[in-house]
Amino acid sequence: MILDILLTVSFWAAAIRIATPLIFGVLGALVCEKAGVLNLGIEGIMTVGAMAGWLAVYSGCDLWTGVLIAALSGAAFGLLLSFFTVTLGLSQHVSGLGLTLLATSGAYFTYRVILPNQSTPPRITPFQPLDIPVLSDLPVIGPILFSQTALTLLAFVLVGLLTWIYARTPLGLALKAVGENPAAVEAQGLSVAWLRTGAVVAGSALMAIGGAFLTMSAFDAFFFEMVAGRGWICIALTVFASWQPGKALLAAILFGAFDAFQVRLQQVAGGVVPGQVFLMLPYLLSILALVIWSRQASAPKALMMPYLRGQR
Amino acid sequence: MTANPHTPVLELRGISKRFGALQANDDIDLVLGRGEVLALLGENGAGKTTLMNILFGHYAADSGSVWVADRAGVLQPLPSANPAAALQAGIGMVHQHFALADKLSALENITLGTESLWRLSRGDRSARTKLDGLMRRSGLLVDLDSPISRLSVGERQRVEILKALYRDARILVLDEPTAVLTPQESASLFETLRALTADGLSVILISHKLDEILAASDRVAVLRHGRKAGEVSTRESTKAALAQMMVGRSVPSPARTPREPGAPVLELVGVSVESPTVRRRLDDVSLQVRSGEIVGIAGVSGNGQSALADLLSGLLTPKHGSLLLGQKPITRFDPGLFVQSGIGRVPEDRHHEGAVGAMTVAENTVLENLSEPRFQRWGFLRKARIDAHARNAIHDFDIRCPGPHAPIRQLSGGNMQKVILARALDREPQLVLANQPTRGLDVGAVADVHRRLIAARDRGAGVVLVSEDLDEILALADRVTVIFRARLSEAMPAEGLDRQALGLLMAGQAREAA
Repeated sequence: MILDILLTVSFWAAAIRIATPLIFGVLGALVCEKAGVLNLGIEGIMTVGAMAGWLAVYSGCDLWTGVLIAALSGAAFGLLLSFFTVTLGLSQHVSGLGLTLLATSGAYFTYRVILPNQSTPPRITPFQPLDIPVLSDLPVIGPILFSQTALTLLAFVLVGLLTWIYARTPLGLALKAVGENPAAVEAQGLSVAWLRTGAVVAGSALMAIGGAFLTMSAFDAFFFEMVAGRGWICIALTVFASWQPGKALLAAILFGAFDAFQVRLQQVAGGVVPGQVFLMLPYLLSILALVIWSRQASAPKALMMPYLRGQR
Repeated sequence: MTANPHTPVLELRGISKRFGALQANDDIDLVLGRGEVLALLGENGAGKTTLMNILFGHYAADSGSVWVADRAGVLQPLPSANPAAALQAGIGMVHQHFALADKLSALENITLGTESLWRLSRGDRSARTKLDGLMRRSGLLVDLDSPISRLSVGERQRVEILKALYRDARILVLDEPTAVLTPQESASLFETLRALTADGLSVILISHKLDEILAASDRVAVLRHGRKAGEVSTRESTKAALAQMMVGRSVPSPARTPREPGAPVLELVGVSVESPTVRRRLDDVSLQVRSGEIVGIAGVSGNGQSALADLLSGLLTPKHGSLLLGQKPITRFDPGLFVQSGIGRVPEDRHHEGAVGAMTVAENTVLENLSEPRFQRWGFLRKARIDAHARNAIHDFDIRCPGPHAPIRQLSGGNMQKVILARALDREPQLVLANQPTRGLDVGAVADVHRRLIAARDRGAGVVLVSEDLDEILALADRVTVIFRARLSEAMPAEGLDRQALGLLMAGQAREAA
């Protein structure tokens, strides 16, 4: 019965779809954390991204402009976080959680101010599944990978891009080093503050696109509570992925698969076991996987350590 | 001041820097000539490292300026607090605590920041070619692809020097370069420096080891309490003269009078501690320490010293054997209990085990004795008493610090060690455990620590001195034992002991060699 579920194309297509916002989120968290900053603003930044992207399209922008606006609003919150954590060197936990509260309520507030009396959320026309000649017609791979929306493909491309940046470019080297030993980076004449700020801003933009996927691809409207803990899961998946973009992709897909699996299991065995048990399943399995795999994962050495120049 | 035969490549003019109440540098002038090795000598806290951090742009000086010769040899002012500008001007710095990212490879650490960040790929191939050439010429060989975490301390230092050479540094600053090296590694480092200065490199060597300064430098500038105390040509100087200039008084070596030991204060009988690593293991160790004697435990570090120290601190429970403190067998291994039953500890690593960096000097002086009624009443700290106690300690132990409320991490190593000694010796413990008590300290501070340990012995305490420094062991200990691969040799009277024989034991050679 389980195999029946796992071997269907529609199951894996759903898993990838569910995984997409997580891929963006994990990549964003990874970019921040590799540079040494834990970004707990992720949950709020994803909410802002979901709201901003949807709102842009609702007010007449085209979809890609909406994605851009979502990214920019995420980047703005990232800039705020880096002011607290990098410039001022404050606690990353407190700043991040504060940012999540601020960003989430800010998004809800904006939504309410703009649409005071709307009971059913207004819809937009979201991204449509791609129909790429040849590729989308391939058996199995076609429907799973190439009949998703463009944002899913973007997520996959970003995984490759980040892998290459970290492995091959001077920028990637500097971004890795600043999360390992900021003093070494400064001794080589680079600015720790600029590198970290850049990483947090870019990472936050990625997180916001992850949020925007929810309102612009997975659904077609903005609801309260729609991010529903995805940000927190991304933080856990980053550890699970040992801070590597390739593994981040696998981690997100694994979680997506768990989630798709529980939906199907509910349909099969829903009468016997309460539905909440199934809802719990992906989180439980993720925690389990985290416990098993993350033992040998080694975090960036300077993660959560503020670096202020000229201090001793 | 002596005449400088070299053309100047670097001039510091009137550098001053203050940290809170501490005047770290006070109007310091310094000139460095091309191809010369200038030693910067001074006690801990004299301002050597601060001065070099200003030179390198890590700190901004409160006043004064730095001038560096450009390629044409004309002195130009260096923008302050700008490490990138210092690198650009050809200044390379090897910090005492290496500035390397452990997970990255040697090559990555060296090339970090040397290319434009916007290049689409790293120019590793040309970097390798250049580094191969540098390594061949300087003799600084390292495996470029190995992550730093897999390299030995000596190799890491080579990476640091290569980092500077790769950037075509013309001025190299080495901060306490031999503190972490074996004697052989130090010798090869100085050989390399000689070759490099012959090529026109100028070197500032920060050190407090007089022997190596005399051996490796051309000129010595001495700092004391943040001011320049003098400058001499190495050839015209002697060890005693330098020591006096550095400390401001002559430093007598501690006097030790023979003394008849009393009753045993510590006995280990066939103690074993199991662990997969040698450094954390003990095999069938027996040792007796009597009142009024210092027992030196010699050995290369990592041979079980930390297991022994942890055992005597109550942090480890032995698998076999028994431990007697003041002739009473111990059954509960609890650090608090050990402190109460009269053990004063000077841990190996002052920064991590000895002190809590963010807490104040006063808090650190009473950390082990907080439960005593003199420092607390009904669960509340008696702040006034604690402060008074700390002020006494600061006075008695000559601790240089802004005051009892300064965070202890602001103190230099020597002064931090004095705080720890003050705490350990406060209650006149019957057993003192000193683990590498003078590692990284300068002459003045070393003499202070030695004086304290001898005083404790003369008062009737038993002292266990764990040290890698044979000279220290031979100067202080009444009896000596050697630790090798988790085993302890028979204790021998220090009188008339042969260094060569001890060295052989430390290298694990057969006992008959002694």
